[in-house]
Amino acid sequence: MRVLWFGRWLRAGAAAMVPAGPPRAAAELLAHLERLALVDFRDAEGVERLQKAIQFADRLQEVNTDGVEPMDSVLEDRCLYLREDNVTEGNCTKELLKNAREKVEEYFVAPPGNIPLPKLDEQETFLQGS
Amino acid sequence: WVPVVGLEIHAQISSNSKLFSGSQVQFAAPPNSLVSFFDASLPGTLPVLNRRCVEAAVMTGLALNCRINKKSLFDRKHYFYADLPAGYQITQQRVPIAVNGSLSYSLCIDNKMSQMVTKTVRIKQIQLEQDSGKSLHDDIRSQTLVDLNRAGVGLMEVVMEPDMCCGEEAAAAVRELQLILQALGSSQAVMAEGQLRVDANVSVHHPGEPYGVRTEVKNINSLRFLAKAVDYEIQRQIEELENGGTILNETRAFDSKLGCTVPMRDKEGKQDYRFMPEPNLPPLILYDAKSLPANMSHQQVVNIDWIHERLPDLPSVKRAKLVEQYGILPEHSFTLLNEDGLTEFFENVVKQTQMKPRKVIGWILNDLLSYLKQHSLTVKESPVSSFLLADLLNLLEKKEISAAAAKQVLAELWKGEGKTPLEIVKEKKLELIQDQKELEQICQVVIDGHENEVMAIKAGNRKVLNKLIGLVQRETHGRSNPVLVKQLLEKKLSE
Repeated sequence: MRVLWFGRWLRAGAAAMVPAGPPRAAAELLAHLERLALVDFRDAEGVERLQKAIQFADRLQEVNTDGVEPMDSVLEDRCLYLREDNVTEGNCTKELLKNAREKVEEYFVAPPGNIPLPKLDEQETFLQGS
Repeated sequence: WVPVVGLEIHAQISSNSKLFSGSQVQFAAPPNSLVSFFDASLPGTLPVLNRRCVEAAVMTGLALNCRINKKSLFDRKHYFYADLPAGYQITQQRVPIAVNGSLSYSLCIDNKMSQMVTKTVRIKQIQLEQDSGKSLHDDIRSQTLVDLNRAGVGLMEVVMEPDMCCGEEAAAAVRELQLILQALGSSQAVMAEGQLRVDANVSVHHPGEPYGVRTEVKNINSLRFLAKAVDYEIQRQIEELENGGTILNETRAFDSKLGCTVPMRDKEGKQDYRFMPEPNLPPLILYDAKSLPANMSHQQVVNIDWIHERLPDLPSVKRAKLVEQYGILPEHSFTLLNEDGLTEFFENVVKQTQMKPRKVIGWILNDLLSYLKQHSLTVKESPVSSFLLADLLNLLEKKEISAAAAKQVLAELWKGEGKTPLEIVKEKKLELIQDQKELEQICQVVIDGHENEVMAIKAGNRKVLNKLIGLVQRETHGRSNPVLVKQLLEKKLSE
């Protein structure tokens, strides 16, 4: 729901990047979305692309879907294939580890926990700067 | 204050291969050796559902009185963590495989196991989902080591409604679920091996007021810790609120060493999982006797009614049967089922002895079980086999030894030196004195030596007779039959 509101906000300020609503809240939503999706909207081009994408997708709202069950896949009438419970894969440690940049004794190596993104105040947000 | 406890239980499905891939499911194996390309999330791989996992979930749903959804859907739950290579977990968020069930469990009102009360907790739903891999945190080198052997193993998540109110209830409910899963074979449910993981949702509120903010408690590794963690969290919340503080809707970890819950790092704020339908899996359709499709291969059809007909006896049914067949008390049946292998042991002893089951159960629960507990042994590790115990009980039943002597023999048998009960009896001269004359003589000696007691008995105080019987027992080193001794004493005293 907040994304829809954000979309309206973006559409409202179509040409110029001057927001109609409170810039702080929009910046927070943007930062939240970035954190979730690990996507960087950090420049004007990024935000404009996002805005255009929302406008493009909004055209779906023109279709009247009252009383129609949502479809989530064209496979919905297909049969879900059930596999027999046999061991047929695995035992390819060496091959899998070939992809790893770092490894320790056949373990993949990852950074400790999730690296937190810099906090909102510490960032130079594009929106704040404009 | 009214505490409210709900549980989310993840049970690893007992199957040969994983939920969506053909790699093996095994507890301890070389790191990353049980991982397929799909489990490692390599691009271009697709999930293929394991039929056995579906059957396990249906069995569990039926055993918990759920409605099985003939059409259920798979979804993706997104979050980032090193042991979740795809960045999402395939689960069933919208329409799970089973909903609206119930679980009945029993609690002892007091510690002596003499009064049991039955409680019910509602099961909100059961869903199929993937397990994640394992992270080993290396704080020294500031890195995490990831083993994906567990990634993709099938899980049944059982969600219990917040119908419980304390640690004891939570532990009892989980114990009963564990026994049910083990009876069904759908999960081995051993908490120590991570096959059964429990997260508790705890909140408190005043009666009549709306529910309080709840916290989620994770990292609970045993039933005992579950009870402790829940009770600690309830106390913590009450104290916090009574001191004017507030409860944060957070996730906390249970620290078993300190016996308390602490906030977990990496779980700041509410997570947004961005659920979306799993595009690579069509809906899961289950059938029953009425809706069986005519032209489908047998192997592709999961028939709910067929599974229902083949469900094994659930623990509650087994207990009722034990009570009916052997005339033991319901509390006894609970203890029998609670210890792995104890029911079998008990039934084996009953088969091999003439002693009535109602008497045998006393020896099993009081003597055998307490010894095993004292020495932290399982029934399988018992130095006294059912054969030996039955042998001993036969001697007792045939009145060749007294109950006191039997206990002495049992103490010897625990040493596991391979001697039979009969050998020990002969060795320690524990046989009951069968010679009536000898007994009469001893009785006479005791009577002669205790004039005051004799006078008291003749005056009408029958209870003092027990003291004389005890004295005879002492003289004979426990080798006299108390019933016979009583008869002899009474005969002498009435002369």
